[in-house]
Amino acid sequence: MKSLAELQAIRDKMRRQIDLRDSGDDRIRVVVGMATCGIAAGARPVLNAFLEEVAKRQLNNVTVSQTGCIGVCRLEPIVEVYVPGQEKVTYVKMTPDKVASIVSEHLVNGRVVEEYTIGAAE
Amino acid sequence: MKEIALYALDIAQNSITARARHLDIALEEGPEAITLTIADDGTGMSPELLARVSDPFTTTRTTRKMGLGIPLLRLAAEQTGGHVSIESTLGVGTTVTAVFCPGHIDCPPVGDMAGTVTLLVQGAPELELTYTHRRGDRLSRLDTGELRAVLGPEVSLAEPEVVLWLRDYLQEQEALLEE
Repeated sequence: MKSLAELQAIRDKMRRQIDLRDSGDDRIRVVVGMATCGIAAGARPVLNAFLEEVAKRQLNNVTVSQTGCIGVCRLEPIVEVYVPGQEKVTYVKMTPDKVASIVSEHLVNGRVVEEYTIGAAE
Repeated sequence: MKEIALYALDIAQNSITARARHLDIALEEGPEAITLTIADDGTGMSPELLARVSDPFTTTRTTRKMGLGIPLLRLAAEQTGGHVSIESTLGVGTTVTAVFCPGHIDCPPVGDMAGTVTLLVQGAPELELTYTHRRGDRLSRLDTGELRAVLGPEVSLAEPEVVLWLRDYLQEQEALLEE
């Protein structure tokens, strides 16, 4: 069973890491649309998959967050990736199996996965 | 939407948008009714807005003139023979109650409540959230105040490792309801 003692251990580990963190301006942001349209289209498992990959790879410079309706509901689930100093990249019709390649290619190696972007879909 | 848990996620996002500080989510499963209650202390609604809120052509957002969260929830509950009621007071908060009749063929499964609660905490880590899920005499519950007491002020509930711990913890709690 999961216990609060484990949570304490995570806290202690996090506290040690916090000082090593990149400061706010060079963090990569991953934003998942979680309005009615996104949720109905399957955004919840996509967001979960990002959290898993980011935790697994210990990507301390990545923030995963949620937003409302991005505005192209027919292409949901939509994920936006903001890399500092670069143009925003919008991934559309996301599924959990697309997440691993976006994390390894785009977030880690800096290569946009063009085939999943809105430019490829439209 | 395929699960009651997804309606819960969607409706609770309204509370976060309404700048709630406290959010209480309760799910009671009985033989005759599944009752989902989402209560917040957000901005609340005027009587005029409350009267229009189940109309899909009502929304508070400014990007377009439609909002489907409440209408979809109402449709889903009513087509099982249940109902939705909303109480709201400006400056006090809003409580949405949805009742589904589990015997009806159109009743969606409860679904992944652990996933819903986890993502609500991840999306709004400052929120004081309580969650109780009752099935018969069994209970699954969470209070983010207790977690925050363990984590202290420096570590956010939105940290991926904390979120994954929370998801596994809630999945275990929910599994106990099945036995």
